Amino acid sequence: MTIIKRGFAALAAGALSTALAIPAFAEPVKFDFWFGLSGDLARVVDTLCKNFNDSQKDYQVVCTSQGNYDATLQNTIAAFRAGKQPTVVQVYDVGTATMMLSGAYKPADKLMEENGYKIDYSDYFPGIARYYATSKGEMLSFPFNSSTALMYWNKDAFAKIGKTEAPKTWEDVAADLKALKDAGYDCPMAINISANESWQLMEQFSALHNQPIATKNNGYDGLDARLEVNKTKFVQYVTDLKKWYDAGLVKIKSKDLGQDMVQAFATGTCQLILTSVGDHGTVGRTQKEGMKWDVAELPVYAGTERKNSLVGGASLWVLSGKSDAEYKGAAAFLNFIHDPKTALFWSTNTGYIPVTKSGFDFMKSDGFYDKAPYKGREVAIASLTASEPTEITRGIRLGNFTQIRAEFGTQMQAIFANKVSVQEGLDALVKNGDAILERFQQTYPGKTLP
Amino acid sequence: MEKRVTFSKWTIGILFAVPQLILIFTFFYWPAGQAVYWSLTLQQPWGGGNIWVGLDNFRSILSNASYWDSITASMIFAGISTGLAMTIALVLAALTDRQLAGSWLYRVVLIWPYGIAAPALALAFRFILAPEAGFMAVVNQVWPGFWDPGLDGTDAMASIIIAFSWKYVGYNFIFFLAAFQAIPRSLIEAAAMDGSGVIRRFWDIQFPLITPTIFFLLVINITESFQDSFGIVDIMTAGGPANATNLMVYKIYSDGFKGLDYSGAAAQSIILMLLIIALTIVQFRFIERRVHYR
Repeated sequence: MTIIKRGFAALAAGALSTALAIPAFAEPVKFDFWFGLSGDLARVVDTLCKNFNDSQKDYQVVCTSQGNYDATLQNTIAAFRAGKQPTVVQVYDVGTATMMLSGAYKPADKLMEENGYKIDYSDYFPGIARYYATSKGEMLSFPFNSSTALMYWNKDAFAKIGKTEAPKTWEDVAADLKALKDAGYDCPMAINISANESWQLMEQFSALHNQPIATKNNGYDGLDARLEVNKTKFVQYVTDLKKWYDAGLVKIKSKDLGQDMVQAFATGTCQLILTSVGDHGTVGRTQKEGMKWDVAELPVYAGTERKNSLVGGASLWVLSGKSDAEYKGAAAFLNFIHDPKTALFWSTNTGYIPVTKSGFDFMKSDGFYDKAPYKGREVAIASLTASEPTEITRGIRLGNFTQIRAEFGTQMQAIFANKVSVQEGLDALVKNGDAILERFQQTYPGKTLP
Repeated sequence: MEKRVTFSKWTIGILFAVPQLILIFTFFYWPAGQAVYWSLTLQQPWGGGNIWVGLDNFRSILSNASYWDSITASMIFAGISTGLAMTIALVLAALTDRQLAGSWLYRVVLIWPYGIAAPALALAFRFILAPEAGFMAVVNQVWPGFWDPGLDGTDAMASIIIAFSWKYVGYNFIFFLAAFQAIPRSLIEAAAMDGSGVIRRFWDIQFPLITPTIFFLLVINITESFQDSFGIVDIMTAGGPANATNLMVYKIYSDGFKGLDYSGAAAQSIILMLLIIALTIVQFRFIERRVHYR
C-alpha cells in the first residue's frame, strides 16, 4: 500500500514539476499541418516545413502526409468529428464548396488580419484567387500548390510532318493527328477517361471556351445549381474525341492498361497529351534520351475567343477550434508560404506555378524560366491569365464534385466502349450528377455559399 | 459422491461473459446501431448537424438504377468466384489427398495465396492482366483487341473474379484437405477392394462425407465475396469501366468516403447486411438439408 501511495506522490510531483517547467523552457508552439501530396512532392513539403521551423523559434509546424487529397479530406473530417483536427490542412480545389459549408474553418483573411500580417490579395493571379474566394471576394483559404493543364507535344514527331509549332485549334489537331498517323506513328495522341481527366477534358475545356459546367455560374450563385454539359460545346468535343479514337488517332493510356499517358509521352510512344504543368518535371526526368518536346496552351475550336484556363491543385485551410497560440503559428506559416522566396523554392522543386504576381516576377527576374528544365512552365501562367476571369471561368463551386468527376469517368467509359451514344452518355452524366448536387443541397438545408 | 462444479448464481456467469459482451457491443452492435441511425438521417459530413429523413435514404437508393446494377454485379461476382474458388480447391485437395508425387509440396504452397493481402495480390494481378504490358499482352498480340479490361466491363469483371478466386482457392484448400484426411482410410480402401475406381469413390464416399465442409465454405465464400472484394476492386478497377465492377461494398466506400455521403453509405451498408443475412438464411434453410453431419 505504501509503495502505491509513494508512487502516486512521485507521479503527482512529477506532473507538477513538468507543469511548472513548461513556461520556463519556452518551448515552441507546435501545430499540425496535414497535406495530401506523396512521394517526391511530400519530401519537398517536408523541406518546406523544416525551412519554416528553422526560420524562427516561436512555432513548430508538424507536417504529416495523408497520402492523397481524398484521404486528407476524409481523415480531417474524421479528426474534426473527434475534436483532434490539425490546425492547417491542404484541401484540393474541388473540395472548396464542401469546406465553405462545413463551418469548420477560420477564414484565412481574418486570421492574417488578427495576427497583424498584411497580405495584398490583389497580388494573387485573379484566376487563382477567384477559384478559392467567396462570391464577395474574401479569401477563406490560401492558394498553395497550383497548376493548370497544358498540351505536351513531341517536337521530333511534329517535325516529321513538317510542323514546327504546336497546333492552336482542335481543327489543326485533327489534321496533325491524321498526318502523324500517316507518317507511321501508332499513337498520335493519348488520353485517359477516368474520373481524374474530368479536369483537363471537361473543366479546362469548358473554361477556355467560356462554356458553363453548371447553371448559377458554375454553382457560385447557389446550391441549386445543376449541370448543363450535355448542351454546350463540350458535346462536340467528346464527339470529336470519340471519332478520333475510332479512327485510331487517339489511344487510351492508363496505369491499369500498362502505361499511363505521361509515361507514354515521355517514352515517345504517344506524341501529344493534355496534362498538368505539374508533370513538366516528371516528363523532363523520365523522357527518352534526346527526345525534343515542348508544352503549349490547350487548343480551342477555331473562332473561339480564348479565356483563362482554370487553376488546379489545392489551398490551405485553417480549421476552427484551436488555441490562439496555434493560430499565431498558423498565420506565421501562411505568411512564410506567401513569401516570393518560398514560391521560388516551391516551384523549382515541384512543377507547380507561383500563385502571386510578385512570386512570378521574382522568379522571372531570377532567370528561372530561361533555364533548361524549367523553360516552358511560363506557358501555364500565360494560360491562366489569358483573360480576366468571367463569371464562368473563375472556377467551379459544386458540392461533392469528386462524385461528379467519378460519374464523368463512368459515362466516358460507357461512351468509348460504344455502350451509349455521346449524347446519351452526357445526358446520363447530367442526370446522375444532378442527383448528387440535389443530395448535397438537401444535406445543408437553408445554408448558402459564402 | 459425484462432484460437480456449478455456479450458484447466474451473475457470476454473466460476469465471465462481460468482457466478451463488451467487445461485441463496442465493435459490432454500437457501430451497427450508429449506421442504422445515420441511414435514417441526412448527416452533414463535418458533424454540423443532421435531419431526420426516415426511409428517404433507402427510397432514393433503391430507386437508383445504378444501385441495382451494383447488386447484379455483386451477385455475379459472388456466384462465379465462389464456384471457381471452391471447385478448383476441391479438385486440388482431392488430388493432394491421393498422395500423388509431390503432394507434400502442394500442401504447403497452395495455402500461401490466402496469406497475401488483397491489395498486394491485386497489384500483382493488375500487372499480369494488363493488356499492354503483362502476360495478357502476349495474348493480345495474337488476337488484337481480345483483352481490354479498361473499356470492356466483362473483361474487368473477369479480372477481379480471377484475383479473388486465386486468393480463396488457398483458403478453401486447407479446409477441403482437412476434411478429406478426416475420412477413415479403411472406408476408401474397402471400396477400392470392391473394385470401385477413383471417380466412383470420390462421388460415393468422399463427397457425401465432406458435405459439412462444403456447406461451411459455401457460406463463408459467399459472405467474403461480398466483403473481402474491396481491396481487389480498389486496386484493379476502381469500380470501372462504366461501373461494371462497382460491387456493393466498393460503392459504399466511394459514396461514403469519397463522396462524403455518410447517410447514403450507411443505408447501403444496412442493405448489404440484410442481403448477406438473407443469403445465409436461404443457404441454411435449403442447402443444409442435403448436408450429412456425422
